[in-house]
Formats: sequence, structure tokens, C-alpha cells
Amino acid sequence: MRALNRKLARDLIAQRGQALSIAAVLAAGVAMYAAYFSTFDSLRDAAARFYADCRFADVFVTTRRAPLAVRDELARIDGVADVEARIVVDVTLDVPGFADPISGRIVSLVLPRRRPLNDVNLRRGRDPEPGRTDEVLVNEAFANAHGLRPGDQIAAIINGRRRPLDIAGIVLSPEYVYSLRGADIMPDPERFGILWMERRGLAAAFDMEGGFNDAVLALAPGASLPAVIAGVERALARYGTIAVTPRARQLSNFFLENEFMQLRTAGLLMPAVFLGVAIFLLNVSLMRMTAMQREQIAALRAIGYSRGEIGRHYAAWCLAVAGAGGGVGLAAGSWIGAGMVSMYRDFFHFPVLEYRLSLEDGLAAMALGLGAGLAGAAFAVRRATSLAPAEAMRPAPPERIRATAVEHLLLPAWRSPAARMVLRNVARHPLRSGLAMVGVATAVSVLIIGLFLVDAIENVIRIEFESARRYDLAASFVEPRSGAARFELQSLPGVTAVEVMRATPVRLRHGHRSRETALLGLDAEPVLSRVLGAGQQPVAMPGDGVLLVVSLAEALEARPGDVLQVDLLEHGRDQREVRVAGIVTEIFGASAYMDRVSLARLLHEAGSVSTAFLRVTDEATVNAQLKQMPSIAGVSIKRAAVDNFHQTLAGQMYILVTVNVIFAMIIAFGVVYNAARILLSERSRDLASLRVLGFTRQEVRRILLGEIAIISLVGIPAGVGLGQAGATWLMTALATELFRFPMVITPRTRLFAMAIVALAAIGSSLVVGRRIDRLDLVAVLKTRE
Amino acid sequence: MDTAPVFSLREVTKTYRMGEVDVHALRSVSLDIRRGEFVVLLGPSGSGKSTLLNIVGGLDTPTSGDVFYDARPLTGATEAVLTAYRRQHVGFVFQFYNLIPSLTARENVALVTDIVARPMTPDDALALVQLSERRDHFPSQMSGGEQQRVAIARAIAKQPAVLLCDEPTGALDVATGIVVLEALTRANRELGTTTVVITHNAPVAAMADRVFVMADGAIRRETANTARVAARDLRW
Repeated sequence: MRALNRKLARDLIAQRGQALSIAAVLAAGVAMYAAYFSTFDSLRDAAARFYADCRFADVFVTTRRAPLAVRDELARIDGVADVEARIVVDVTLDVPGFADPISGRIVSLVLPRRRPLNDVNLRRGRDPEPGRTDEVLVNEAFANAHGLRPGDQIAAIINGRRRPLDIAGIVLSPEYVYSLRGADIMPDPERFGILWMERRGLAAAFDMEGGFNDAVLALAPGASLPAVIAGVERALARYGTIAVTPRARQLSNFFLENEFMQLRTAGLLMPAVFLGVAIFLLNVSLMRMTAMQREQIAALRAIGYSRGEIGRHYAAWCLAVAGAGGGVGLAAGSWIGAGMVSMYRDFFHFPVLEYRLSLEDGLAAMALGLGAGLAGAAFAVRRATSLAPAEAMRPAPPERIRATAVEHLLLPAWRSPAARMVLRNVARHPLRSGLAMVGVATAVSVLIIGLFLVDAIENVIRIEFESARRYDLAASFVEPRSGAARFELQSLPGVTAVEVMRATPVRLRHGHRSRETALLGLDAEPVLSRVLGAGQQPVAMPGDGVLLVVSLAEALEARPGDVLQVDLLEHGRDQREVRVAGIVTEIFGASAYMDRVSLARLLHEAGSVSTAFLRVTDEATVNAQLKQMPSIAGVSIKRAAVDNFHQTLAGQMYILVTVNVIFAMIIAFGVVYNAARILLSERSRDLASLRVLGFTRQEVRRILLGEIAIISLVGIPAGVGLGQAGATWLMTALATELFRFPMVITPRTRLFAMAIVALAAIGSSLVVGRRIDRLDLVAVLKTRE
Repeated sequence: MDTAPVFSLREVTKTYRMGEVDVHALRSVSLDIRRGEFVVLLGPSGSGKSTLLNIVGGLDTPTSGDVFYDARPLTGATEAVLTAYRRQHVGFVFQFYNLIPSLTARENVALVTDIVARPMTPDDALALVQLSERRDHFPSQMSGGEQQRVAIARAIAKQPAVLLCDEPTGALDVATGIVVLEALTRANRELGTTTVVITHNAPVAAMADRVFVMADGAIRRETANTARVAARDLRW
């Protein structure tokens, strides 16, 4: 078969433009599959290793204050393998030279460490010396953000006193792989630090001697999670269980697993789009090639080549393109994957996060590429092998052409023979023209789906930081305080307005469904921290009843008018009932809102507050004062949050936009270039005839490109619709109970996507158009069809 | 000359649809072709010559009637059997050469030598048609006569039992046509290949052992030449 292989090689070289453009589309699909899945595997392996090495817990318990003896009670619950009773407190930290207040969390540590649950991984330095209450471990992201090293000193504001702390070591914790502070949107390692301190010192400072307020549990193999959770709640009922959280809903792990899900979704969806386009292009090109080589196929069959040999010969064309595309795609995919993993290193903190493209992923990516090659070859191979050799010796019968319905609608000026040729050509191959339009539309939609995230995020920033969070600072209290705290803050120099909120942990039940969440009590008509309803309009708190964020309402299957059971977790599981007054659309979180006065009534309290929202004229002065207030556990600065959001995303957005533009151009170029090449090959005789009849090159080019123009003019706007549909689907698929972005696609994005694809279409038309100038009129007319 | 028939056709008819009309390409044709014979099928275009050749060559199947090759039936044979038959026994030469444009002369011949059991070398086959010096040229770099000689070399390289030629000189001028016919005569004489040539060109009939004249899908006349005229003495 050597001579036939040589034909294959020469065919590939002769059609290198088509082969390369198709291989590029296929490579993009394979690359994305390899990149997403290898990144997924690398992250998952890193997490699994870290979790196992540091004995990441299965259940996370927050309580108010339970005696240490209860620890043994927890350990005896059926299915519990191990328990670690800890003290976890939130404080304000002070790093020399950094003005903003820093939220700190201090976790107790039993020294010497003997592989407790949620153990830390020591990166630098050493453990604190037993008995030294002024030595701490700090998390690496925080240390890096401030350039802190073992031996450096920071301070914590504990009970109003500034306590200096020496950094003994820098660590990583499986609990804070993704270290997000409470209500933040993005991790801010500069303003959120986690410290580990010997238990005795911490207990003394926070009045926790002989007690604990946090426990982590490991389950025995085969244990029932709901049974354990119920057991924990029973054991802690007297002491006030604030939350019992399974690993799946533990904040850091939740974000990590959510990222896994997104990587898998994208890793299936995006390659499917690209490989689909590649299959179409392979099919069209090979169909054209087998039509062109009708007589060659016949001769080969007459010589004695079997159907199988002919079929393999043409399938090999596709497989060669697919193999090359797959190989390049695999290399590109591992490069992109390595880049993605290094980007993830900024967000997810593992002791070891190595990029690895596994053999399985590599083989699967390659198999997908080759599978696409075979799928693309299928129709043409079937046609080539079913061609009766004698039939092939006769010229192909002339195509049936009819006048199209559309052309009667044309303006008389447009009813030129050239315009008719163009229209009839498009109409003669409705499937192929339609699929080419779909291909162009896909390119536009890939861009829109890739870029609308920028719009969505900008929109989120606008809604969240301009419409909803209209304060400058949010200060949370260590313990709920009396309403008078408001006036204390109001009187601080630099503060112009104060609004307060009472937040309390609850479990809401509706039928057999339940969710743990925060019940937030706001002013009847909040000004600084608003809740937004339909159309992002601020919503007033109902006089009676509760407002649910839509994701919470969905999780509870609750509708306005329904009555919910409320377990007050802060109050030893007291139970109340509350009516759903309405549904609101929040982007982040899944909270429930009430009027502050109604909430006080529900809690049997006299209007205590847990968070204050401040508007200030001089942020630095106010921050300096807040840092010194013992009652304040942490301050969140809106300006810093917005800056952090922009900074973190800016770099990624730039990469995202670039990658999407490249991939969309690959598709657009591939589709339009191949469509034009095939047209040129089909029409070269007609076009040469027209040139002989006296048409200018310009006029002939217009006929060829007219068809491309029609395909683009239909495909591009259709792509906007397709992109919008895809983006909506993606948003729904990516929405979690903790955040859902509203769908926004700006005209800027639509125009950009259309312009990029139009540019790629024009570019590829010009490349093919140049070939018209090189048409050898005499030779073309001699060629026998 | 061995007188046992290589081909026997009995009452062979062929009809096919072309667009929206039924074409009766062959109407009850019966004939025998003997081993080593040089046969010319003569007739105007549309007379059924090509259809007959395609059926004999296993490229096409009759609508009714029987075709035997070496006493074995070709009618009713499966596609795989017909492919094997063409591969092992038949060499084809077409009016438009049907060379693979992306392969050189030698590579076009190698297409055949790659797949058969006891081929000549491509170089020997090209030498037989006196094209050794053009072996590395692509079809587009050769004249029509040269391309047709490559096609003949490709056909004889497998040392076929029969050589079937469909208007081998149809696209060529007289001088070139004669060179091609000489190549065919040489293969017939030196290799003993049974050769069937179809043509609408009456003078070519003079070089045959036997001539069948066809019209309207039927054989109108059969003549046997007592003396074959050498190709170089033909004129048209």
C-alpha cells in the first residue's frame, strides 16, 4: 500500500490549508479536554493527599461554649471515629505598617502536635513551644501577603488589649485551602489571617478554660452522616449548637468541590463544541475530496483495490488530520493546564499542587480527537466505498438546480445573474450551508460565552457594591451587643451614618427539607445595607415574616405564605414559626431577612445587634479607632473588597479574553476558510467560464464571496442568540446555593464577538479570494468534471 | 493459440436509469473471447461497448444473462469476489487514463504492484511501454500519449490474464495513438495477454484477430482478420 500512502501524503500537502485549519479546531477541542481534566485531576489529587495527610475532618461543629467533658460524649456517638474539641475565636489583627483592620481567626492547638484532626502542614519555622502563649503559627497566604517570616511579630486585639504575638511557623491547613472570610466574595489574604495558638493561652484569654466552642469529627467507615449530625445536636443541645456542617458544605471544601464541578462541566461542554465543528469541517472537506476524486476512486477499484482499502485510505486522511490536531492539542492542553494550575495556586493553598496530565486523560483526549476524525470521515468514506466502479467512470450527473423562492423577493436591481448564482448555490446545499452558518454562529457564541463572564462580574460589582452594600465599613461584634452600640459608633469622629443588623444562626425547616443559614434582622427600610428584589430594586423589610433569597427558597421548596419552622441555634434550639413574606434575589449567600424589630421579638430580645454598617468621611481614622475596640471582632472594608475583586480578576480576565478570542478565531477561520475553499473547488469551472466571458476578477470574486457573505450574515446574528442561550444555560449550570450571577450581556460584548468573527471571515475570504486571481482559465476549462 | 474461451457471454442485457429515462445499454449479447486473442469492439458512442467491457471486467453486473470467466460465473459474484477477480486477472486502460494526479508514473504503476502476488517491477512495466526516462514525472508533466502508456504499464504490471481497454486512443492524436496501440500489441504478443480494445475508430479494427461491430446495444457483425495489420501501419 506504499503508493496509496504516498497519495495520502500528497493529498494532505495539497490541501494543507484545509487540513491545518481543521486540525487547529480539533486541537482546540482536545486541548480544552486535556487542560480541564488534567487540572481537575491535579487539584483533586492535591486535595485528596492534603486531606489524608492532615486528617481533614468529616463534620464541623460550632457551639457557644460546651464543657470539655462533652467531647467524650461526642466521641461515643455511633459512627464517630475521632473528635477534636477546639477553641476558635475571631479577633482583629494588627500588622505593623498596614493601616486597615485585619480579621483574624485564632484556632487552638494542643502541643506537642500529635496528628490531630485538621492538622496543619508546617511550611517554615517550627511549632510554638509548649507553654509559650505568645507564639503562634500563621497561614501561609496571610504571611506571604504581608511578607511575614518566622521570628516576625504581629499583634492581636484581645479584650481591647493589643497583644504582641511572635510567629513561630508558617503553615497550611486543609480547613483553609480556600481561605474566605465569612461574608466576603473573594479571598483577601491581606485582610484575613488564621492563627494557631496553644490551647491554654487561648482558653485563658477568652474565658474558655475547661470548655470548647468548636469541634471537628472524623467518621468511621460506613457511618451514617445524618445519624451523627443528629447525635451531635442532641449532645450539644444544652449548650447552643450554632452549626453542624458536613464536609460537603464546609466553606473551603465547598468552593473546592464547586470548582471541580465547573472544571468537569467546562471540560465536557467546550470540547464537545469544538469537536462538533471539527467533525462538520472534516465531513464537508472529505465529501468534497471524494467527489473530486470520483474517477480516481473508480480507477483504484478497477485496478482491484477493495472497498475496505479505499475506505481506510480516505479515513486515514481524517485520522491524519485528527492525529496531528490531537497531538498538538494534547501538548497545548498540558501547557494550558499547567497555566491553569499555577493560576489556581493563588486561590487554593495546598502543600503540594503539582500539574500532572495523567495517562488516562491523555489517552482519552487523544481518543476523542481520533474519534472525531473517524466521525468526520464516516459519510464520505461510506460514499467512496459504495461508489460502483463503473458508475464512477461516467461523469457525475448534473446537479438538480431550481430557482429559489427567495430570489423572487429580491429587489429588481439585485436580480442579476450573479446574485441568482449565489442564492441558488446556497439553496442547493441547504444542509451544508446551514451547518456552515451554525459553524459561524458557534464561533460567535464561543466568544459570547467566554466573554459574558466579564459583563456578569462587572454587573455583580455594580449591584453588590453600589446598590446593595452602600456602606464603607462593616464592623462585626464579638458578641451581640445592645442597640446602644449604634450610638457609640455614631459618635466616633469621621463616621457620618450607622446602620445596624442582628444576625443569628438558624435552621429553617419546611416539610422534610431544612437548611442552616443566617437570619438577618435589618432596619425596616435599610439604607446602607439593602436587600434587592426584582429588577435590583431595594426591598423594604416586611412588618411580619421573613424574606428568603431565591436559592434558599428553592432549597426549602418554600413559597410566600408558607410557614417555616425556625430552630434558633444560638438559643439551645428553641423553636419558633415564621411566615415567608417574599422572595428576594441576592447574588451571594442564601440568607433569610427580617425586620430587626420582628427578629428581636422572635428571639425574645430587646434589640441587640451583631454587625454595624458605617459610612465614613475618613476611613483611616475610623479604622484606627475600630481596631482598638474590644467588642469588634472584625471590620470589612468595601473599598478593599472592590479593589481585591478587580485585582484578582483583572489578570484572569485578560487571559480568559485572549484564550477565547484565539479559540473563536480558530473556529471562525476554520469554518469560513473551508467553506470558501470548497466553493472555489466546486465553482472554479463556472468562475473561470465567467472570466472567459469577460467578467472581471472583482466581479467573479464577488460571486464566490457572496456565498460566504450570506453564510456570515446569517450565522453571525444567529451566533449572538446561540451565545445568549449558552450563557444562560451556563449560568444556571454554574449557580450554586451560595452564589448565582444575574445574566447580563452588554452590547459591547455582542459587538466585539460579532466583529471578531466577521474579521476572521473577511480574513479567510481574502486568503481564498487570492486564489481566484491565480485561476488558470485555460487549464480549468480543459479539466473534465 | 489456445481456443478455449476466456470469456463467455450468454444473452447478456443491461438497462440502467440515467436521470429520468431508462437506457437499454445491452440487448441480449452473446459472444466468446479466446485466450490470447486481440479483440476489437467497434461501434459509435452509445452502442454499448463500454457497458460490455465493464461487465466483462467485473466493474458492472448485467441486468440478465450470464458471464463466465474461465468457465467460472461472474454474474451473481459478490463484490469481494469481483474485486479479487479484478485484482488478480484484469488490467484496465481507460480513455482518460485515470491516473492518480498526485502520484508519479512509477508510483501509479506501484499502486498495482503493491497489491498483487507476482507483479513485474514498476520499472520493467514502464520499460515495456518505453517510458523509463519519464518514471519520476507526475501525470500533469506528461503528454496524453505518455499518460496513456503509463496507464498501460499500470495495467500490465500485474501480468493480468486479460487487458481491457476503453477507447485507449480516444483522447490522442494519430501518431500518439499509434505508439499506444503498439504498446498494447507488444503486451499481447510478448505476454500473451488476452486483449479487448473498444473503439469507435474503424481503422483500428485491422490490428485485431477478431472484430465485433456493435450498434444499439447489440452485436451486428463479427469478422475475423486473417492477417493482423501492425499498429504502425494504421492511419485514420
